[in-house]
Amino acid sequence: MPKDGGIGASSKRREDVRFLTGAGNYTDDINIRGQAHVYFLRSDIAHGTITSINTSAAEAMPGVVKVFTGVDFEAVGGMPCGWQVTDRHGQPMQEPRHPILAHGKVRHVGEPIAAVVAETLEQARDAAEAIELDIAELPAVIDMKAAVSADAPKVHEDLTSNLCYDWGFVEENKAATEEAFAKASHVTTLELVNNRLVANPMEPRVAVGDYARGTDDSTLYTTSQNPHVIRLLMGAFVLGIPEHKLRVVAPDVGGGFGTKIFHYQEEAFCTFAAKACNRPVKWTSSRTEAFMSDAHGRDHVTRIELALDGDNNFTALRTETYANMGAYLSTFAPSVPTWLHGTLMAGNYKTPLIYVNVKAVFTNTVPVDAYRGAGRPEATFQLERVIDKAARELGVDPIALRRQNFVTEFPYATPVAVEYDTGDYVATMDKLEEMADLSGFDARRQASEAKGKWRGLGVNCYIEACGIAPSNLVGQLGARAGLYESATVRVNATGGLVVMTGSHSHGQGHETSFAQVVADMIGIDENMVEIVHGDTANAPMGMGTYGSRSLAVGGSAMVRATEKIIAKAKKIASHLLEASEGDIELKDGAFSVAGTDKSVAWGDVTLAAYVPHNYPLEEIEPGLEETAFYDPSNFTYPAGAYACEVEVDPDTGKVTIERFTAVDDFGNVVNPMIVTGQVHGGLAQGIGQALLENCAYDENGQLLSASYMDYAMPRADDLPMFGVDHSCQTPCTHNPLGVKGCGEAGAIGSPPSVVNAVVDALQSGGKDVTHIDMPLTPARVWAAMQ
Amino acid sequence: MAQVSMTVNGKAASGDVEGRTLLSSFLRDTLELTGTHVGCDTSQCGACVVHVNGEAVKACTMLAAEAAGAEVTTIEAMANADGSLSTIQQAFQDHHGLQCGFCTPGMVMSAAALLKDNPTPTETEIREYLEGNICRCTGYHNIVKAIMAASGQDVSSIAAE
Repeated sequence: MPKDGGIGASSKRREDVRFLTGAGNYTDDINIRGQAHVYFLRSDIAHGTITSINTSAAEAMPGVVKVFTGVDFEAVGGMPCGWQVTDRHGQPMQEPRHPILAHGKVRHVGEPIAAVVAETLEQARDAAEAIELDIAELPAVIDMKAAVSADAPKVHEDLTSNLCYDWGFVEENKAATEEAFAKASHVTTLELVNNRLVANPMEPRVAVGDYARGTDDSTLYTTSQNPHVIRLLMGAFVLGIPEHKLRVVAPDVGGGFGTKIFHYQEEAFCTFAAKACNRPVKWTSSRTEAFMSDAHGRDHVTRIELALDGDNNFTALRTETYANMGAYLSTFAPSVPTWLHGTLMAGNYKTPLIYVNVKAVFTNTVPVDAYRGAGRPEATFQLERVIDKAARELGVDPIALRRQNFVTEFPYATPVAVEYDTGDYVATMDKLEEMADLSGFDARRQASEAKGKWRGLGVNCYIEACGIAPSNLVGQLGARAGLYESATVRVNATGGLVVMTGSHSHGQGHETSFAQVVADMIGIDENMVEIVHGDTANAPMGMGTYGSRSLAVGGSAMVRATEKIIAKAKKIASHLLEASEGDIELKDGAFSVAGTDKSVAWGDVTLAAYVPHNYPLEEIEPGLEETAFYDPSNFTYPAGAYACEVEVDPDTGKVTIERFTAVDDFGNVVNPMIVTGQVHGGLAQGIGQALLENCAYDENGQLLSASYMDYAMPRADDLPMFGVDHSCQTPCTHNPLGVKGCGEAGAIGSPPSVVNAVVDALQSGGKDVTHIDMPLTPARVWAAMQ
Repeated sequence: MAQVSMTVNGKAASGDVEGRTLLSSFLRDTLELTGTHVGCDTSQCGACVVHVNGEAVKACTMLAAEAAGAEVTTIEAMANADGSLSTIQQAFQDHHGLQCGFCTPGMVMSAAALLKDNPTPTETEIREYLEGNICRCTGYHNIVKAIMAASGQDVSSIAAE
């Protein structure tokens, strides 16, 4: 029976009402009295030296308040990078300075050069056209392998080369891995591209800076997934404003998908300019600006090799990847192709030896950072593609080959430094075979062939590391931050609760699902619990929402704080009931004395806490408010098995998704409706990567895909209804809710099954095609068929 | 600058606009009806769909001056008179047809226009009609399901919660 409330119930989302009636409060809906608008003049050249910049004509234009250029920011810090990777020789990565406005050089199309603050946006834009700018163009480096050649132009003159780092993992495994390859019975090799994507949350980024001269307080309203992180980075490293004089607010945020994690120049600019101009300054990104200034995702070029013994057991795996950093290091960019990618290369399989090499490269392109899945989709794609290729080469069933090599005993320590606490990959594959009706595939293929279409089936597994992350571990790996989460639970006198969390909701429905957890623990109605997030002025320091971490880490902090509340409330109840504290039980919102009919209601206890007339004041303080910080002891490891069926039109190469089935093990589930919705969205993004989306540059560094006319977003008629299941549940063993995280699974797990399915379809049509690089557009598929 | 007047959500509305002011800007900035969202600059995303004289229009594709004298309806006027959610809005909540909420106003306005012309659309018809509304969160599954449910069709056989 479905539950009608609390943990496990598909409670309808309370936030929906404001979103459905136009009553949301997104950052662009915020207008502060007296605000000016900023327009950024951005580089239309990928690489060049700024030889002159003259703003005097622009400054004389109507409505102009002030024009800023790079020299105005010489006294403040550059944009910080939050993760330092150490290379395979023990040396730190190369880390270039990243200015707020370009100074001396421009290094990618879209880099801001000057900023005009004016009374209206139109006036600012008009004045920007009057800025006299001369840039001496330099040769651009776009291709990663060319960028690391000896004679390549350097993106940053003060660095030794365009190589950010050359990372080996696990370096100590390298020789043994090579030895295993020498002894292998079969080796399958695959070279592939993981295409560059743009996250494209539907709400473009917005920043509004405000400054109170009377108190010297700065406030930034911004479209962020983690306002506390922005406050820390911008305050401490860029502008030199202590946290107690800086407030960052991220109100309703219209999707993030990773790209709103990072600290951006426009945020620092608006905060700085509000003080410099002594008035609020607002910036709203256009979609075109978003394409050339939001951090991009993926963009790996990989060679992967899988070694098997004579019984088709995986014996070793090695990879070499070039990972694009773009022109500068975005906030968490160095961690994505390393610790979020290399540690997942074991996948769901007991391969004993793995060696991963990653060369991170600077190019004259927009910075690249985490996008939904971040490193884990890249790991999953190459691994699940090479396994499929191996199965074809060996003439064995790809599902049987996977099953044969599954990890089946837990905990399992991989050769890439992580320990899976729990899982059941056989169960998810069993469920997939049943739910996707794989036994009926042959009949469906015949039906497609009767229509003149080629039908293909692709299957893959995935595993991801979520619930990011143990602070002491990530500190050793180069993180310049802790990755705990926080919650303050404030119980009001009349019994209602306000939970202030460092997690941020930008579509995930925390206001509903987090309330379900707290209400369930106390046994009260969900509507008595309010979730407050997104404002550094009221929530304790938290690290925000990304990496499918919010329930596993933020939810755990909330559980710990609520446990403290319950413990104190029991003390109060024992006083009111004149009973021993150990005999007090909490059930359905009432405290009772075990074995008696004596009880006191939740509201009587909360009232006593704030009106302590009859209260053990000598033992405990009045009030009922607790804070907890939760630092996880391990990652969580959601895993699953996906199946895709496609039809390929042999005349045009057009691929249509006919069926898609996703079976996931997320551990315990708080709100099944929301979890299913998260999977749907992830699948759409993964299928978008596989079939439609590509961020393209020409050889001069011009961005060819800078609008929705050129960048193919998945639309309603590109996708089918999805089959989604999360009934296979092996609860996480180390967090109090037993949850693993569900936000990224769909985007991680779906691209390989789509490509596997298309290859299968083409082979069924007699085409000897073993791989096509994403996106599998009709043109690419048709070309592969010829 | 010139004054433009129209009827918005049943009330007379007017303001001074430049010739280049878009209807979306007039609604958001002049009338402070911020439920109409702007997600792109090429009339592709559909977050700004409103009804002009009963027809679905992308408000970023129309100049405010072009709407002079028109009857404009925005998301703010789509709930029932008593403030409760309308059938379409309620179906979106019941079937989890929204996540971040940014594309949602345009989706609801497009769905209302579709159901006016085609009271019981098929899944294929809904997907084709929504070609001009981009959602990045939901994968469309639950949006399509919500619109089918709002049209009175049985959606119990469509997978998942």
